[in-house]
This record gives sequence, C-alpha cells and structure tokens, in this order.
Amino acid sequence: MQNFPGVGVSPGRIIGTIRQMPKPISEPPAGQQLPAGVTPEDATAGLKAAAQAVHDELKARAAHATGDGKAVLEATALMAKDTMLLKGAAKLVARGVSSERAIWESGSSVSEMLHNLGGYMAERATDVLDVRARIVAELRGVPAPGIPSSNTPFVLVAEDLAPADTATLDPNKVLALVTAGGGPQSHTAIIARSLGLPAVVAAVGVDELPDGIEVYVDGAAGAITAEPDDSLRAAAEAWAATASLLADFSGTGTTSDGHLVPLLANVGGGKDAEAAAKLGAQGVGLFRTEFCFLERDTEPTVEEQAAAYKSVFDAFPGKKVVLRTLDAGADKPLPFLTDSTEPNPALGVRGYRTDFTTPGVLERQLEAIALAEKQSEADVWVMAPMISTAEEAARFASMCSEAGIKTPGVMVEVPSAALTAESILREVGFASLGTNDLTQYAMAADRQLGPLAALNTPWQPAVLRLVGLTVEGSRAEGHNKPVGVCGEAAADPALAVVLTGLGVSTLSMTARSLAAVAAVLKTVTLEEAQQLAKLALSAPSATEARAWVREKLPVLHELGL
Amino acid sequence: MPERTATIASRSGLHARPAALFAEAAGNAGVDVTISMQGEPADEALDAASILSLMTLGAAKGDVVVLRADGDGADQALDALVTLLETDLDAE
Repeated sequence: MQNFPGVGVSPGRIIGTIRQMPKPISEPPAGQQLPAGVTPEDATAGLKAAAQAVHDELKARAAHATGDGKAVLEATALMAKDTMLLKGAAKLVARGVSSERAIWESGSSVSEMLHNLGGYMAERATDVLDVRARIVAELRGVPAPGIPSSNTPFVLVAEDLAPADTATLDPNKVLALVTAGGGPQSHTAIIARSLGLPAVVAAVGVDELPDGIEVYVDGAAGAITAEPDDSLRAAAEAWAATASLLADFSGTGTTSDGHLVPLLANVGGGKDAEAAAKLGAQGVGLFRTEFCFLERDTEPTVEEQAAAYKSVFDAFPGKKVVLRTLDAGADKPLPFLTDSTEPNPALGVRGYRTDFTTPGVLERQLEAIALAEKQSEADVWVMAPMISTAEEAARFASMCSEAGIKTPGVMVEVPSAALTAESILREVGFASLGTNDLTQYAMAADRQLGPLAALNTPWQPAVLRLVGLTVEGSRAEGHNKPVGVCGEAAADPALAVVLTGLGVSTLSMTARSLAAVAAVLKTVTLEEAQQLAKLALSAPSATEARAWVREKLPVLHELGL
Repeated sequence: MPERTATIASRSGLHARPAALFAEAAGNAGVDVTISMQGEPADEALDAASILSLMTLGAAKGDVVVLRADGDGADQALDALVTLLETDLDAE
C-alpha cells in the first residue's frame, strides 16, 4: 500500500480503479519545420490519417451518446476531417512547416474566422480548437485531451479541473475526484461537492499513478491509498451504509434550541434549482448567473436571460432566491466582458467591476431579472459580486431600483467590504459572504494553487474575524439587515456551526451538503455555537481552529463527516 | 457543369445538425460538390463536404443555394442532395 496525503474537500470513502486525465496538449513551437527526410507529401498523408483517426473515434463516441451531446459529437467528428482545416494545413506543410504546427495554425485561423462570424458559429470556434488538439495528440501518439471515456465507473485523477470540464463529466461514470494540484476552494472541490463525489485535492504524486490501478479515496480525511487492503475495503463498505442515512433533510435548518438558520442552495441554473428543491433547500442563497452563459461568446439577449432566470425562480415559488449578477473574470472568463490578457486577473476587472469597462451588460441583466421576477412567484433578491466600497454599493442599489428590483445586496468577498460593512449596509438591504474569494484575498493566496492549500481555508482565524466584523457592521447599522454565507465554508458542517455562532443568519451551500449540515446544526444550542465560534477565533492557526471545534462536536465522527 | 438550386428547409438554417448531415452526404456523393448562395460567382463556391465551409456560408431557412458537380453520377448526386436540403432536418 502506498499513501498519498492530500486535502479532503468532499466527504466519502470509496474504492475504484483510476483513469488519468491526459495533460493538456502543448502548442507546437512557432516555426517548427518538417524533420529532415520527411517529404511534404508524407507529412500531409500522415496528417490525413491522424484526422481520420480522430474522426473515427469521435464518431464512435457519438454512436453511444444521446440528444444534444450526440449532435455536437457528430459535428465535431466531421470537423476533424474537414477540407477547410486540412487544406489550410497542407498549404503550410508544402512550405516546409511541420504537420503539428501546420494543423495548429490552420485550426487557429478557422477558429478565428468562426469567432468573427459571431452567434452560433462563434460558439463552435472552441470545437475547432478541441479537434485541433486531438489531431496533434494523435500525431504525437499521446492520449486525447479531456475527461477519458470509459464504459466502467472510475476514479478520475487530474492535475486540476476547469469549470468547462463539468459539462463533460458524467457523474454516473466517475466515482471520485483526485487532483495533484488545486486547493480546497478550487473548481475541482466545487464540482465534487455539487455532484456529491468524494474528492481529495493537492495530493502530490497521484498524477504519476498508472491507469487501472486500484485506490482507496477518503474525501473527509484527505487520504489516497494505492492497492488498498481489507481494512480499507471494510471502511468503504461502512461509508456506503452511512451515506444513505445522510440523504434526508427535513427542510428546516435550526439549532437544538430552535434558533432558525435557513439552509439554502447554491445553484447554477434551472436543473440545479429543481434538484435543490427536491433535496429540501429552503430557497436559493446563491444563483451563479454566469454559469448559464459560460459557453457563450456573445451577450445573451434580455429574453434569453429572463427565461434562464425564470427556470430557477419557478423551482422556488414563494421562497427566497438570491441571484448574483454576472461574476466574470479571473478563472471564469466571458469573452464579451473580460480581458484575458490582464497580468493579475484575480485583482483585475472582474465581477461588478466589468461594469466600468463594458457598461450596459449589467443594466440589461437587471432588466432581464426584473422581467423574470414579474412572471414568477419567487422572492427575488439581487447582489453584486466583488463590491469593495460603500460608493459601489450605493451605485448598484440605484441601478437595481431603476430596474424595479426591490432587494439589492452585495457580496462580501473583498476584505475592504467586510471592514466597512456598516457603511456598505446603509446602502443596500443585505450582504452575503463569499468565503472562497474572501479567503483568497484575506490570505493573499491564489485559490487555484495546490502549494497554498494550507493558507486557503476558511478556517483561518483571520477569515473568521472578517465574517464576525461583517455581522458586527450589520448590527451597528441598526436595521437588522441579513448577513448570510454562500461560500463553500457553509457546506462544512463544523464550520457551519461556527458561522452560526458568529451571527450569520443564513447558510447557502451545494444542495448535497444540506442534510449533513442540518444534522450537525441541530445537535448544538445557539449559545454552544457562539462558544465554538469564540474558540475558533482564539485559535492560533486554521489547523487548530478546525481541530478544536471538531473535538467538541462528536456527532461528526458518528456520522463519518 | 450540372447544377441545381435548392431552398433551405431546416428551421435552424444550414447549421448544427442539418449542416452535419448535409456535409456527410456531400462527402459520400462520389463526386466533388460545391455550394454557393444564389447570385454568387461559381468560382467563389465552397466545398459542400466541409462542415466549416457550410457554417461560414451562413445559409438561413428560405435562402436559395446553388449546388454544382461534374463527372459520372453528378446529376443523381445533386438530385439527392437537393432533396436533403429541401427537407426540414430539424424536425426529425
């Protein structure tokens, strides 16, 4: 047995065989020439054979797919052996350019042409780049990029996953996620929690394991063991039994003494919202509107947006739905809003700030939200991401009021917003703490970086202080304006107790975590939660804060959380 | 050179699934087939078997396109392709 310690980000204990996610295909160097002794004719023939192989592989996958996925795969298969793509490459090869470089450049120009045509064509531009990468992989004799296809469920091992990988990740085929990089707040962690898959990140060395080897994954402890023994098999079986006990949530979040803490869901669209409603969510605490549009190259129309928003509102008639306006930038670029060449995107024009550089998009989004609200019965609240000052909060509130939106609010992700919560809350009706970004900015640690995983946890006493200061700001403001948490911190049952103790009024999380959080919350009184919050604040480190609180919550061990 | 005109019947135009089905059929036609919008010069016609060319053509429902091919079986091939274009492939 070989052990790989990492950081557990989504609980569950499971045994399965691994499949490695192939490394991204690197760009063939500019100016790369045909090797000596290879004629352009041979190279072109080789290119055609590689293109045919990619075509055949995609076509075979299309045969097993259904619906939209099938149509996309069929069209992508045809692109692989498209004359426009291959003739462009053949011309370059005739001038002595290597076949890899030739198909790379031809793919770029075709993709750019589609991009410039806009609309549906622009959305296909990335398919051409995908096909290009597949052909280069074929020429190099390395595995094609993307999540491996397999007929049997497997443990997916990767360097890290991107939001775009979610679309192609089949939760029926993937048993657990393990990454060598990434931190507790990385996209891998978010994807894993939303799919209810056990996951471990920052497990150095796992990307060297061969495909097909059996591993044991413990997503709570953050451990991976290759070639597990019988005791670990027994642990995996015991988890399967516990998991079924944690499947139910009564639909009311409360402490043991009846202090109500509504438990809400984080959703990315209508399907998520329906699933969350079925799992008992008391509303939506974070509707990430950009997820409706991540694949888009152009701004969706007001009508398209309104339809997407209404699909979420309709899942929660009469209940609260907190919608976050487009949060593009940094790790979630949207071509119509963000500049991908910024040297420091996390500190760049992102979130609410895109309204400085691309005015109009936010205004039209607010119009679409108001339109969708009129046609639905949900209680709609709207908040802006990345607010740093009271002045920005005031401007956002006035934009909302012009659009006819009754309850404007802000995300507290920038430490300056937590520190000036009192003046910010004078301008808006509520605040919601985005603990992922708040942690990244408070600790000055990029949330995507594995080596900084230890800094990047919301258990950091400094982050908990900022949460406390935001609640104090609201109290000082005097109108009892709600302060919720909608970051990943709310999904950690022990941390949820601490947040409740700090005075947070609602907790919003991936719907899969609702039952676990509710089960732990109802074992403590509000006063006990307040004491645990004090204990965590007094800890000298994140590790101790977590350990001290967990020690006082024996229910966690009983439930395997 | 044999040529035919056809009116695009698919609701989404010659995009997405209809474009894929048509490009595949043109590729299997046994002769080289070109496509252009009606009124455009023949020497600017695009390869009908190229899905990327079809996308750049941007033919919408109701647009009239011209198909051209030469060689053995060109007439038969063109007739079959016209039928395909004049069927609403989105309805299937």
